Amino acid sequence: MPLSLQTASLLRKSHESQLEVAISVKNLFKRYLVGHESVRDGSHNTLRDSVVRHAKNFGRKAADLARGRQIIQGDEVEEFWALKDISFEIKRGDVVGIIGRNGAGKSTLLKILSRVTEPTQGRIEINGRVASLLEVGTGFHPELSGRENIFLNGAILGMTRTEIKKKFDSIVEFADIAKFLDTPVKRYSSGMYVRLAFAVAAHLDPEILIVDEVLAVGDTEFQRKCLGKMETVANEGRTVLFVSHNLQSIERLCARGILMSDGSLLYDGPVSEVCQHYVSSLKTWNSERRLELHPRQGDARARITNLEVVNSDGHPVSSIAAGESILIRIYYFAPKPIWSPSFGLALLTAAGTRILNTVSNDSGKTIECIEGGGAIEVHIRGLTLATGHYLCNLAIANNRGAYCDYLTEVPLVEVVESNKLPKSRVYDQSSGVIFATSQWNLIGH
Amino acid sequence: MQTILEPGRTEKNYWHDVWRYRELFQVLAWRDVSVRYKQTAIGAAWAILRPFLTMLIFTFIFSRLAKLPSEGDAPYALMVLAGMLPWTFFASAFSDASNSLVGNASLIEKVYFPRLIIPTAYIVVALVDLLIGFGILGAIMIWYRFSPGWQMLLLPIFVMLVFLASLGPGLWTTVLNVKYRDFRYVIPFILQLGIYVSPVGFSSTIVPEKWRFVYSLNPMVCVIDGFRWCILGGRTQIYLPGLVLGLAVITFLLWQGIRQFRRMEKTLADLI
Repeated sequence: MPLSLQTASLLRKSHESQLEVAISVKNLFKRYLVGHESVRDGSHNTLRDSVVRHAKNFGRKAADLARGRQIIQGDEVEEFWALKDISFEIKRGDVVGIIGRNGAGKSTLLKILSRVTEPTQGRIEINGRVASLLEVGTGFHPELSGRENIFLNGAILGMTRTEIKKKFDSIVEFADIAKFLDTPVKRYSSGMYVRLAFAVAAHLDPEILIVDEVLAVGDTEFQRKCLGKMETVANEGRTVLFVSHNLQSIERLCARGILMSDGSLLYDGPVSEVCQHYVSSLKTWNSERRLELHPRQGDARARITNLEVVNSDGHPVSSIAAGESILIRIYYFAPKPIWSPSFGLALLTAAGTRILNTVSNDSGKTIECIEGGGAIEVHIRGLTLATGHYLCNLAIANNRGAYCDYLTEVPLVEVVESNKLPKSRVYDQSSGVIFATSQWNLIGH
Repeated sequence: MQTILEPGRTEKNYWHDVWRYRELFQVLAWRDVSVRYKQTAIGAAWAILRPFLTMLIFTFIFSRLAKLPSEGDAPYALMVLAGMLPWTFFASAFSDASNSLVGNASLIEKVYFPRLIIPTAYIVVALVDLLIGFGILGAIMIWYRFSPGWQMLLLPIFVMLVFLASLGPGLWTTVLNVKYRDFRYVIPFILQLGIYVSPVGFSSTIVPEKWRFVYSLNPMVCVIDGFRWCILGGRTQIYLPGLVLGLAVITFLLWQGIRQFRRMEKTLADLI
């Protein structure tokens, strides 16, 4: 009996919407087995204890061997869940960025989606051809020449021989190694190596592209090229899944973000919101700022010991209203006197983009000397910042301009809504970094 | 094209996948062959010297010193060489395949392709060496003015057989090697034992009748006998019960090897 038009149309719609989904992940779990050495404190380290421990180990390993299971080194075996109940859906053409701290499970997720390893539980459906870039230069053999490695790497990434031959010249040009095509790759500089590796990968033509932090290597020129290439791929309507720590490139490339932490999916939504969530969870946002633990550079002849944003009453605050000026107090300590020092502060967005920079010499006045502990205040007026979290770079330099102390990406303040912002909508860092009062007037027809 | 990933799911289109990745297989085999001979002084000559020298040594020990009989009226050296060729193939295919997964750990951790391709590619490398070996065989035959019979035409069947005989155990041990790294040491030991237990340096006719059947449990026995029969042109007899048993053993090992391999394949990246 023929299907009614309605049923046929319904079936077709559901089939179509199924095709719309590129990747569907449902309740994904991944478990690893980790071995630990048991805590050995001095009082229990008798020979008997030692023998008992070794016997237990041996017994466990023998049992595992007999049952054909993996042998784990160590005294105790613990389950480690790298991914816990991850579910999400990616439609065809989506460009999604996955962010999270180290150890959040991002790379494990990518490995599973790339079929390199198997899920422990859950179900994943993938519609389309996948190409994964989990590492740059996979399979490169040092003894083979650049030309040979192009064919090798291309084949490993899934390109056919005809495809590689067609794109060969373009690859060589992208990598800029035409002169060294026939020398063994072990003689290449690390820059050439990485350029060649990415050049091959950049010419993949998959329906779904999965990229894992490969932009972390290489110089700025190279990173720019890579990002540009990925933008082209994204603009061609392919589905892209991108993992990076560089929030700026994620914001630039992706429309949607997924935030992971400790194996769980924390947030899935527009990329700027996800970045905000990430940044706010990452750092401390009040006077409990622990600057001692913050990475710093400089010769340490003077150090910045604390940072506060204060309101008009002089009390430290963690947020200011949009449009308000900001008063920042920087505490320092200089064990020996520093002559003609200068203090610097750069204001950054949550993703790390620089907004402005101010140095204590800017007004023309110079500080004569600093010695011992003290504080300096900077009052920044005329700020029209969008809502969201902001970071700063702080520096103290000596009279010759060399850094005594230099800290980057220190949490500064959160800007919250006020009536100075454009009305009736949310104006956060995805709308723009600054806002301005503007007037619109309709002029005739 | 839809792919579904679930724990324990065996791909219905696994073999279809293997066919799709055939170009990668060619590339990997080519890579292993080129790398073997790059930057070596005598390079390809080594593929010739190795079996040639072993043949000389074995002929000297087993024929001159031990005074073991040859097969029919064929020169002893030729009989040894006819046994050396499949054995060398088996030895290098088996040991290379066994270490193949661990040796390509970086590939396995980062890229997807049917992992069966890796050990199989190494076995193809051994095939290249075998072809070179046939070159030596030809030279020795001319030296002895020895003309082969029609049986030579059946040689490709036995080449196929030795390929399968190496693939089965190779797949099995490569998986075991990933799980329990001790196997790295077990394999050279097996091969050292094997070269004396298998009828490489001597003819299998010296094995007493009542033990011949049991002796054929060693899969290389029927392979080497087969090679000898083809090359020495019927001066030898094929021991049929042994051949049948050998085929059964090879099939069993191949089936087990593939089965264990497929089972382990999904979690390889976690264990390597």
